[in-house]
Amino acid sequence: MILKAKSVDRRSFLRVAGATLPCLAGCGLASAASPSLGLRLLLPASDPDAQFTVEAKYYEKLGYRKIKCKLCPRECVIDDRERGYCGARENRGGTYYSLVYARVATAHIDPIEKKPLFHFLPGTSAFSIATAGCNVNCKFCQNWEISQVRPEQVRGAYMPPRDLAALAKQYQCPAIAYTYSEPVIFYEYVADSADAGHAQGIRSVVISGGYIQQEPLKKWCHNLDAIKIDLKSFSEKFYKEVVNGELKPVLETLVTIRKQGTWTEIVYLVIPTLNDSDAEFKAAAQWVKSDLGPDVPVHFTRFHPEYLLTNLPDTPVETLERAKAIADAEGLHYVYVGNVPGHPAENTQCPKCRRVIVERQGYTIGQIHLKKGKCGFCGQTIPGIWT
Amino acid sequence: MSARAANTIRARPTRRTFLQTCALGAAAFGSGRAIDRASGTAGLPSSTLTDKQADKSRVVIARDPGLRGSGTSLDSDRLLKLLDRAIQSFYGADSPLDAWKRVVRPGECVGLKINCLAGRGASTTVKLVEAVIERLQQAGITNIVVWDRLNSDLESAGFRAGSSRPGVQFIGNDTAGYEDGLAIHGSVGSLLSRTLTRTCDAVISLPVLKDHGIAGMTFALKNFFGAIHNPNKYHLTVGDPYVADVNMLPAIRQKIRLHIGDATAVQYEGGPSFLPQWSWRFNGLVVGTDPVALDYVGWQLIEQKRASEGMKSLAALNRAPNYIATAADSGHRLGTNDPKRIERLEI
Ligand code: SF4
Repeated sequence: MILKAKSVDRRSFLRVAGATLPCLAGCGLASAASPSLGLRLLLPASDPDAQFTVEAKYYEKLGYRKIKCKLCPRECVIDDRERGYCGARENRGGTYYSLVYARVATAHIDPIEKKPLFHFLPGTSAFSIATAGCNVNCKFCQNWEISQVRPEQVRGAYMPPRDLAALAKQYQCPAIAYTYSEPVIFYEYVADSADAGHAQGIRSVVISGGYIQQEPLKKWCHNLDAIKIDLKSFSEKFYKEVVNGELKPVLETLVTIRKQGTWTEIVYLVIPTLNDSDAEFKAAAQWVKSDLGPDVPVHFTRFHPEYLLTNLPDTPVETLERAKAIADAEGLHYVYVGNVPGHPAENTQCPKCRRVIVERQGYTIGQIHLKKGKCGFCGQTIPGIWT
Repeated sequence: MSARAANTIRARPTRRTFLQTCALGAAAFGSGRAIDRASGTAGLPSSTLTDKQADKSRVVIARDPGLRGSGTSLDSDRLLKLLDRAIQSFYGADSPLDAWKRVVRPGECVGLKINCLAGRGASTTVKLVEAVIERLQQAGITNIVVWDRLNSDLESAGFRAGSSRPGVQFIGNDTAGYEDGLAIHGSVGSLLSRTLTRTCDAVISLPVLKDHGIAGMTFALKNFFGAIHNPNKYHLTVGDPYVADVNMLPAIRQKIRLHIGDATAVQYEGGPSFLPQWSWRFNGLVVGTDPVALDYVGWQLIEQKRASEGMKSLAALNRAPNYIATAADSGHRLGTNDPKRIERLEI
């Protein structure tokens, strides 16, 4: 099968928003060039709170109106009227609530390659949404204006699961992507939307840091079609100091996703001086191969200075190439270089015959040589979700 | 979305004349001398200090066992007198008005940063806010903003929309908004409340002394978690060093003139929520300009009460507020936690 190149601008958000997403444009969510956060924060939290509030699925009631959240490994213990670390969940009188159910803070139609998911319906669009909040606080976050604020500090559009699925379908997106901030913190909404999507023939993919407890993760694996995990480094020290999280639970997440048979890809954002040593690349690649297998795609992507890490330069392309060379040498089959448009390592190569089977230039797809999930040249099975 | 109107205090204070105030205040104390430490009086005239006193941070603990009369609610008149005694004593002033004139200048917009997250019972009390407003107005302040994080928090503590008094506004950061750019210090990167950065020339902090299940305790330093957009990110490791770092942000550090700690009821366990079985009717105010010294003294009060009730110390529960020591260290210098350098004045 050979697919023709599909121009990314056909899927660009602004056009879609202006022409076809009046519900988003009307509430100011659709504009990529939205007002500064400060302006948005000026807006009062006058959204009817109740429509966004559902009881959390994973928590434990303690004495004296305290609760312990059991959604992510942080296990926040929260007093009455207080919120968890993520800012998206609140204890009200001893009952724990998500404040972000169907509370969409941003929505875009993105190429699936932007997630990036390279082995999942290449050349298609993903109806991509996020709510406010995150259960970590990465110093390099590109989306901190959504992830590091509370839900009432940004505009929120009410988009219940069935409407979300219908919108994705209406705009010919075969998948909904839960992305930008951290879908773990809007877990209940993701779960219900994935079900609503499947009922309408729309798939669901999550883009996550993987900081989640095992029980909710397993349920996700059953109703999601793919989960991309940001493996932010291979060092606990980095996770503690730069992410405000932990590495071990993320590795456990990846193992579980593989065991459950859900499609997964890994992104490793390479940050100069912080997680870019040969030893760390090698350790990460060896672990992926031994614990997940060589077929899990790994994307080494380029860092741009943002948020609290503005003192570091962009990642040199040579560093990304070094990371790829190390991972290739360890025997991983699908190692990509990301955020470097036009780099040859954006392409998917058949690990057997070495021919290019999915050609990419930035988010634009070139020729695809795949036949029923096999290499169009040599017949090698290429793992992924292709149709 | 529609903007919410400014709030007002629900219970309207009785009118008191300035002369009456002066008479009351003059009858109180006045032996102490003003301490101009750290975030103190920001260029306003200070009292003459002896060399020995100048090295110390004064913390005044003013109590009135009869603050509630024969009932359970605070007596407004007695609370006002208690406030007068505390402020006058802290500044060593001849009258309450003299003392207030060392804190603020006519023409300034003065913010009152309250703590009202926990609702009634464990928030800055309405009657204390009333008393401070009254004295500020008598000192010539015509523009006062009472603020905390959310309008709904203000309301739950007894303040409501629609100011009925000229010159006083009640507003949550959710209505006033936050700055566009991050303010960064050490471990902290936050957007600051515009009420703090743009509206107020000076801030008087009215924190509540209470136990805190995650941060150990909350008082003067932690009150300014209510000035940032993301306090939920900074409760890790018992708030250390986050609480100290937040207080290093210039807009906070430079605008605070005075802390009037509400210790009328001290939640010594189970905080920050209001749990009446552990609420101690301390019937006091804790006043100072050194937030580290205030926190240190407040912490000791909580520990003393816990010990007297047979409870474990915060340290034994792995929630000692070590951020207090961090705030005093050479990287912060926000005040002192050295008891030898704190002049604790109990009146
Ligand atoms: S999901 Fe949020 S509230 Fe729950 S443990 Fe994680 S950070 Fe805490």
